[in-house]
Amino acid sequence: MVENRTFGDRLAYLILTIGVLILAFPVYLTFVASTWDAATIINGQMPLYPGPFFAENYYRTLFIGTAGTTREPVINMMINSFVMAMAIALGKIFISVLSAYAVVYYRFPFRMAAFWLIFLTLMLPVEVRIFPTFKVVADIGFLDTYQGLAVPLIASATGTLLFRQFFMTIPDELLEASKIDGAGPFRFFKDTVLPLSMTTVAALFVIQFIYGWNQYLWPLLITTKDSMQTIVIGIKKMIVTADALTEWQLAMTTAVLAMLPPVAVVILMQRLFVKGLVDQEK
Amino acid sequence: MAEVSITNVRKVYPGNVEAVKGVSIDIPDGGFCVLVGPSGCGKSTLLRMVAGLETITSGECRIGGRVVNEIEPSDRDIAMVFQNYALYPHMSVYDNMAYGLRNRGTPKDEIERRVQEASKILGIESFLERRPRQLSGGQRQRVAMGRAIVRKPQVFLFDEPLSNLDAKLRVQMRVEIKKLQRALGVTSIYVTHDQVEAMTLSDKLVVMSAGRVEQMGLPNEVYRKPASRFVATFIGSPPMNIARGVVRGKGAVSIGDVVLPVADMAADLVPGAAIEVGLRPEDLIVTPNGSLTMAVDFIEELGATQLFHGMLGGAALVIQAASGLVPADSKTLNLSIDPAKVHLFDLETGMRRGL
Repeated sequence: MVENRTFGDRLAYLILTIGVLILAFPVYLTFVASTWDAATIINGQMPLYPGPFFAENYYRTLFIGTAGTTREPVINMMINSFVMAMAIALGKIFISVLSAYAVVYYRFPFRMAAFWLIFLTLMLPVEVRIFPTFKVVADIGFLDTYQGLAVPLIASATGTLLFRQFFMTIPDELLEASKIDGAGPFRFFKDTVLPLSMTTVAALFVIQFIYGWNQYLWPLLITTKDSMQTIVIGIKKMIVTADALTEWQLAMTTAVLAMLPPVAVVILMQRLFVKGLVDQEK
Repeated sequence: MAEVSITNVRKVYPGNVEAVKGVSIDIPDGGFCVLVGPSGCGKSTLLRMVAGLETITSGECRIGGRVVNEIEPSDRDIAMVFQNYALYPHMSVYDNMAYGLRNRGTPKDEIERRVQEASKILGIESFLERRPRQLSGGQRQRVAMGRAIVRKPQVFLFDEPLSNLDAKLRVQMRVEIKKLQRALGVTSIYVTHDQVEAMTLSDKLVVMSAGRVEQMGLPNEVYRKPASRFVATFIGSPPMNIARGVVRGKGAVSIGDVVLPVADMAADLVPGAAIEVGLRPEDLIVTPNGSLTMAVDFIEELGATQLFHGMLGGAALVIQAASGLVPADSKTLNLSIDPAKVHLFDLETGMRRGL
């Protein structure tokens, strides 16, 4: 039995290691490619260890940009992506916390109707409603603006549902105790509901930041100016070139840069996550 | 300090469910009123109406002479202790107690003073900085009481505050609540389904059933002169024995062929009428020359007392006697009872048929 179990353990670790290698190798290759010059990559003899062009590639990508396709320094694209992702994440948290609070704690006519309408939008992701949304955004004059990038993506039901489920687990007695303690609806929200929801907020922030950062279709449609393009679009443009050599080393550098903010968000928020969880368990 | 008066209060929930069917209770200033009854009898609903957490369908609730039907809970000058404590989990013990005062704009030093004072009374000074999660059940209970005390309200409302505690702690907290209420002299309303709590805490006991008041009065009065079979069996542990009997004439009833003398008997009872006879287990006294003979089936040993289960005149009966008084292997017991302690109840309505 003991023999068997060690074998089972080893097998599990072996499979796990293979899995990690399969997943990590492309990422590593991307990083390696971002440290060599274009010629080495294109002639297919790029070694599997980092090269000497790290500083040059990153400097050129961040502050100068590619020669042909995107014409913009990648730092600008990163700022655009960051603003968009933050606006979507924060805007969505703001709207969904408030709407969930209304749906759970207020008794108003057509409350359930309102809830089901919100719920229905789950069936209508951006891709489905893209034409009407584009028309509306264009008519308002939001093309090539941060509002145009972020606002349509803020409106969706996932956050509202998440918070609704969480709010329903808050005991009614807390609301009643607050009432007796003289806290009105806003105070109850600010002093009790919001502090208790911090872990949910953190979770939603992580999900929505990454969702916003990775948006491709929507920014592609509504941004035309180079100065408004996001980093995901930038990568795509760098790779697909009609009549010039792809500057692979810059494209790879951009890809590495594009990965960093989501990773940072996950790592930072994970701490808050764990802290919240530990605090509650004590 | 205030008296609470509830007049003809009713609560009808949507769907025409009548939870409280016209209840009137007057509680004097500084009184300790306990509402007791089985679950679903409307006692919690009544308390929540006094608190302002439920609307009053009809009738009137006054606190200190002021009608509070339409007044917000926070303006009724009450404090409530909930069954699951309802402490704010993300706040420290100190903040939990201070929160209500802060919302009222009480000055900081006044809050500090009152919280310190209350925590000293309750013996929780040493964990003011802790979170509720880090406390045991009894400590949380104290914090919940502290939150009520710091407010210096006119009325304390307790909604089954001890039912989440273990038996030992419950007894201890029961005594503390009683002492505290005496010391502070605040009018209190206490809801429980535990008849021991009800008996020990109250100076006004209200027994409720199905949305109505069955009986109210001093605990001893309710115990000694239950107004109905329901009250008789609900209050007291082990519960009162109820047996079918027949009226034998003035001052006498029989259970099977056993005749009992009765002191408290309605005048209009005619011989031969069927009636229910109630006998408290501890009122039946074991004596060698007792006229009633009970056949013993088995004995329950409770430590201080013993319960004898057996038959008397064909009816099942439980009697309670101090341990060591009766040999544990007795097969028959001779019993006697004070005629004043025999209770008669109407067969159909269950109402007391006394003088």
